Amino acid sequence: MPGTFASYLEKLENSRVWRSIFRSGRGTSTLHNALAIQQNVFLHLFPTKVRKRMLGLGATWYLGTLTLGTFIVLVVTGVLLMLYYHPSVPLAYSDVKDLQFAVSSGLFLRNLHRWSAHAMVFLAFAHMFRVFYRGAYRAPREFNWVVGVVLLLLTLLLSYTGYLLPWDQLAFWAITVGTNIASAVPLLGDKIRFLLLGGNLVNANALLRFYVLHTVILPLAAFLFLAVHFWRIRKDGGLYVRESEPGVKAKKTSEEQESL
Amino acid sequence: MTTPKDFKAEIGSDMRVSQKRVLFITRRTSPQVKTHDELKVQTFPEVLIRAVLAVEVLLVALVTMSLLFNAPLEGLANPTNTPNPAKAPWYFLGLQEMLHYFPPVVAGVIIPGLLVVSLIVIPYFDINVEAEGFFLKNRKQRFLWAMIVSGTLSLFLLVFDVYVALVPTLIMAGLLLTAAYSTPETKNRFRRYLALKPISWWIMTWFLFELFVLTVVGTFFRGPGWSWVLPWRS
Repeated sequence: MPGTFASYLEKLENSRVWRSIFRSGRGTSTLHNALAIQQNVFLHLFPTKVRKRMLGLGATWYLGTLTLGTFIVLVVTGVLLMLYYHPSVPLAYSDVKDLQFAVSSGLFLRNLHRWSAHAMVFLAFAHMFRVFYRGAYRAPREFNWVVGVVLLLLTLLLSYTGYLLPWDQLAFWAITVGTNIASAVPLLGDKIRFLLLGGNLVNANALLRFYVLHTVILPLAAFLFLAVHFWRIRKDGGLYVRESEPGVKAKKTSEEQESL
Repeated sequence: MTTPKDFKAEIGSDMRVSQKRVLFITRRTSPQVKTHDELKVQTFPEVLIRAVLAVEVLLVALVTMSLLFNAPLEGLANPTNTPNPAKAPWYFLGLQEMLHYFPPVVAGVIIPGLLVVSLIVIPYFDINVEAEGFFLKNRKQRFLWAMIVSGTLSLFLLVFDVYVALVPTLIMAGLLLTAAYSTPETKNRFRRYLALKPISWWIMTWFLFELFVLTVVGTFFRGPGWSWVLPWRS
């Protein structure tokens, strides 16, 4: 007699192999739910419990979550784009043209990567201002704010290095304008510019350097700082709640009693 | 006689035995422990499912946008043909706008450097800790300081013809003036709101305002030779 889907799932989840991978086991008890977070190498960065009122849209607007969402979309579409792209001067531009006209869904892939990149920059800024106006940067969360500033800079650098890769007029001149600013740094300016471009002009060397920065160095740095950023939320006492803000303490308690 | 050996407890030494953890239970609650009673939910599945849903809504929006609008792609890069204007990505256009008024070392190095440093020091700066209205204490002294700072800044922007940045500065100075003459008991709701804002709020809001105005002007209102153009009359 054929079993239902749920019964097969139950059988699978109780199997020895499954239990060796997911040790939290089957069940919906509080303990099982807590273990599902705590026993998972990726999810254990997050706390096992969250204050209920932080779930509402108004508390965070989910801006941090959404920024992470754009990052995931960018990693997936970025890796797929890498399959069709050569970071060399005659080929880069024609590869992007191929993506637009020859590759199946290539145009859609590039559009999604481009618009997600813009969205990520916007969301990272929005997240920063939201955290500021909530006062969530205050002790003990000072260091996580600093990690967030680093992540904002990484986001800008990621977006900026990606800007050169299509090797069209827009890309070339935006990077020329930007890297000329680097040479304005006192004493070291021209050296920094040379290091960045691998030469004195925006040319094939610059494209290769920006490609390596965009696809390897900066994403790895972003992954590292993201892990610290999430882990610190848990270590610093979970998502910030307004009670600890000195100015609103007295006012909030009466509101809270109403809601209880 | 042998010299007495100098025994020191060392943290870095290799421990050959595993420690025993001793727990002391005292009567007093540690200052770290807050006895605040608050409803909590399990991250799995309640928070996780909401996070996934939020990302899915975002994905729908991004996919829709990608289906409707194509990413720009211009002609092949040509070092001999400079487009006019050559614009940076939108999030750098505020800086490019500054570059129009100030030498590169100021607009490209000092201003962004100061911005990053100011962002980093925000949580370590003592004045931010008190989340009380700026003018609720030492009103006269603070009013003087607020006027000196915003006056100097406005004069500086006026001297360098940076009208684009001057307008938001003057508006913020006006609001600051309103806040100085308001108290939490003022009848007008907006003035009451302003009176309760701390100094950190004023600085950040000024920055946000400038960032917004400069980026919008750089994106839509700048044409050939960085001249002023109206986007609806192209």
